[in-house]
Amino acid sequence: MIDSFRINLKGAYTIWYRDVLRFVRNRARIVASFGQPLLFLFVFGVGMAPAMSGLGQGSLDFTQFLFPGILGMAVLFTAVFSAVSIVWDREFGFLKEVMVAPVSRTAVALGKVAGGSTVAMFQGALILLLAPFVGVRLTLAQVVVILGLMLLLAAVMSSFGILVASRQRTMEGFQFIMQFLLLPMFFLSGAFFPIRDVPLWMEWLARIDPVSYGVDPLRQVVLRETIPAAALEAISLHPIATDVALMALFGVAFLLPAVWLFGRQD
Amino acid sequence: MRAIEVEALTRNFGDFTAVDAVSFNVEEGEIFGFLGPNGAGKTTTINMLCTLMRPTSGRASVNGHDVAREQSAVRRAIGLIFQDTTLDEQLTGMENLRFHAMLYDVPRQDFERRSAALLEMVDLTEKARDQVQQYSGGMKRRLEIARGLLHHPRVLFLDEPTIGLDPQTRRLIWDYLRALRDREEITMFMTTHYMEEAENCDRIAIIDHGEVIALDTPEGLKSLVGGDIVTVRTADNDQASLKLQRAFQVEPRMGPDGQLIIETGGGEQFIPQMMTTLSNGEAPIDVQSVNLRRPTLEDVFIKLTGHAIREEEADSKERMRQRGRMFGRR
Repeated sequence: MIDSFRINLKGAYTIWYRDVLRFVRNRARIVASFGQPLLFLFVFGVGMAPAMSGLGQGSLDFTQFLFPGILGMAVLFTAVFSAVSIVWDREFGFLKEVMVAPVSRTAVALGKVAGGSTVAMFQGALILLLAPFVGVRLTLAQVVVILGLMLLLAAVMSSFGILVASRQRTMEGFQFIMQFLLLPMFFLSGAFFPIRDVPLWMEWLARIDPVSYGVDPLRQVVLRETIPAAALEAISLHPIATDVALMALFGVAFLLPAVWLFGRQD
Repeated sequence: MRAIEVEALTRNFGDFTAVDAVSFNVEEGEIFGFLGPNGAGKTTTINMLCTLMRPTSGRASVNGHDVAREQSAVRRAIGLIFQDTTLDEQLTGMENLRFHAMLYDVPRQDFERRSAALLEMVDLTEKARDQVQQYSGGMKRRLEIARGLLHHPRVLFLDEPTIGLDPQTRRLIWDYLRALRDREEITMFMTTHYMEEAENCDRIAIIDHGEVIALDTPEGLKSLVGGDIVTVRTADNDQASLKLQRAFQVEPRMGPDGQLIIETGGGEQFIPQMMTTLSNGEAPIDVQSVNLRRPTLEDVFIKLTGHAIREEEADSKERMRQRGRMFGRR
């Protein structure tokens, strides 16, 4: 009993360690991963800034508004892609070898969630290095909280990715997931525009979008030292504690069925 | 105890029966081959034996453990070499081995000793610190063989172990496998659709449309085909077939490429007589080519199934696999 627990823990650790090792080793990917955020911040953001000048009672530059959204975007996509990669990896990759090892499927799924979350958090942390370039001031305490929030969002979205991928056997359904789930989740998260004064249907869709509960607290913490509290209040949705609690709920709601479905034998 | 016992093993996918009440046993220390075309049910059988898939009905045990009820025990007892490489190409050879040792809980000291010996065996000691993406196809296969043996498995499963490799590398892999069997007293269960490869097995089960249609040693199987094989291509195969049936009491079969296949004893004497028969009489038949050879497993397969082993159409999984090969898989 104890021994099988130890073996499963070691198995989950192995899968986590492999994801982290691959991330750290792939320098080219790390450099390339800056491309999209840079484009969003300094082309899209700068270009949109004049049109969005009323944000936060006029005290907030649009690129600053965008910055936490871009953090959320990096975390969201890295986490989901890393989790969905198990479809390929299970049929033709390293994960197939894991599936016949004496390690339980639950340990494999949890190891994969942990790996995807860690890598996505690292990715977000790299984007965080751009903060000075958009005039966002950060203290060490803020950075610690931001890393925690990114890890939580990453865990939620990795679990979501595993859930979506758990019964899939080919990559063909992946485009569908991208178009009908991931992009709407991203657009409705409040990363690009504030989910305030929007039509009621959009407000409600945003409320069931787990990503919105990740972007909202990130924005509140990231911009805390940069803009006045009243201005921040005007672009925030919920208290941070509510955001965190709801993210945790979404996480559990994704993770449990994901582990169950992933563990079912063919 | 036998290494593998399979009794009426069946697997359905919806209405389709991929494996249909298959029964066979594999003795300890044996190299056992599963020969059949793609889609015959080979990989499904291997997946059930190594606990990746649940049988619809029937039972199977590996190293004395039931594949449905004692999955962990089965998994500890087996090593696998898959059709597609399952190495992590961004890691080094040594890291791939170490990860395997972690998953199978191989103690550190045992790992040091065992990995050194296995790398030596497959000639990869020098390359162990290189990333796997720099390996050739043959080197990857050898590393996978070493990895599959790291945790001292009793039964090694090999799914198309030499697919996609050139003939020279294929021979080399077989040298390793034979040396391995002599040294480790290990049982090997392999699937293949290469006839030459199946010749290396102690016994072969021929599988087609999910059923085992013959099971014997390679020699035993070949003796199912009487004597020599004469193939002849003529201007009118139907007439030629009739003529030969009347003259020699043989039963020519149509081959897959539009030739007639005749099994006969003493092929060297038969050919001149056949030529005379075909070119004589009221309607002489033009002979375009003649060939004489000893029977191969291919002939056995054609005799038993009426068709040649050929590549099936690509299903969605196969397309994914091809795409992976095209892009060199991450």
